[in-house]
Amino acid sequence: MRWLWIDRFIEFESGKSAKAVKNTSLAEDHFAQHFASWPVMPASLILEGLAQTGGILVGEANQFKEKVVLAKVPRAIFHREMLAGETLYYHTEILHLRPEGASVSGTVVVDNQVTAEAEIFFAHLDQNRSAAIFGEHNFVFGSEMRTLVAKLTKVAKPAAANGAASS
Amino acid sequence: MPTQDEIFTKVSATLVDALNVDEDEIKRTSTLQGDLGAESIDFLDIVFRLEREFGIKIPRGELFPESIFQGDPEFVQNGKVTPKGLEELRHRMPFADLSTFEKNPEVSKLSDLFTVDLITRYIHGKLQNKNAG
Repeated sequence: MRWLWIDRFIEFESGKSAKAVKNTSLAEDHFAQHFASWPVMPASLILEGLAQTGGILVGEANQFKEKVVLAKVPRAIFHREMLAGETLYYHTEILHLRPEGASVSGTVVVDNQVTAEAEIFFAHLDQNRSAAIFGEHNFVFGSEMRTLVAKLTKVAKPAAANGAASS
Repeated sequence: MPTQDEIFTKVSATLVDALNVDEDEIKRTSTLQGDLGAESIDFLDIVFRLEREFGIKIPRGELFPESIFQGDPEFVQNGKVTPKGLEELRHRMPFADLSTFEKNPEVSKLSDLFTVDLITRYIHGKLQNKNAG
């Protein structure tokens, strides 16, 4: 399975905010068991999608030079279950950005309703120590992530429809 | 200029959010790591929240120095902070209360310096400087 939990970006303002879309589908393996007769998108994977949206936003702010890792989720609230077939809009905004790390606020919007909210905290791996341990290669923003990022340049303004239009 | 009590109340609220602890668990003497369960990554989260709550800038390593002694034998010998090391601590962290620590300055007890009271005193000093400037 490819560990990408967003399909594309629909808005991206460098160093400030990003919005991405996740189209859920019954074809995704996890729905087979979560749950067989009631396909609920796992909250952890929703959070992962929100973190990928925010993590790329944070990474791009430093031209992907930093290894940005999810450090903690101080707050996460899920207002309702999200089911296979629904389109999730991930909205993220940078609260703080410093050399050591960043924090991001995020909301999930489905059918123009906020269905989840979270605060996500990212750490920048210490450049000196992580280079010694992991080498210079930035494993966080690998080839799959870079594909998504490359599409950023082709991002269109959001259509005035569905959750994408709300700010 | 808020009073120390007002600052303490806000600091407590900040720690409730950052460390997911109950407000009644937080005393002035609570140590961040030992009593409130803070882990290394929480310290940056606390810094972010304090900056937002009090409208101040907290430079890297000022409130929570990452490495004060760096294994320098002038500062640490046989697991204890030397008098010169204590001087360095006073210089780097003038807002820390060393009165208990200096009686038995074991390096392993350094983390006990980082209390709720320490943050309160640090913020108080920052706000005083801000108002003076």
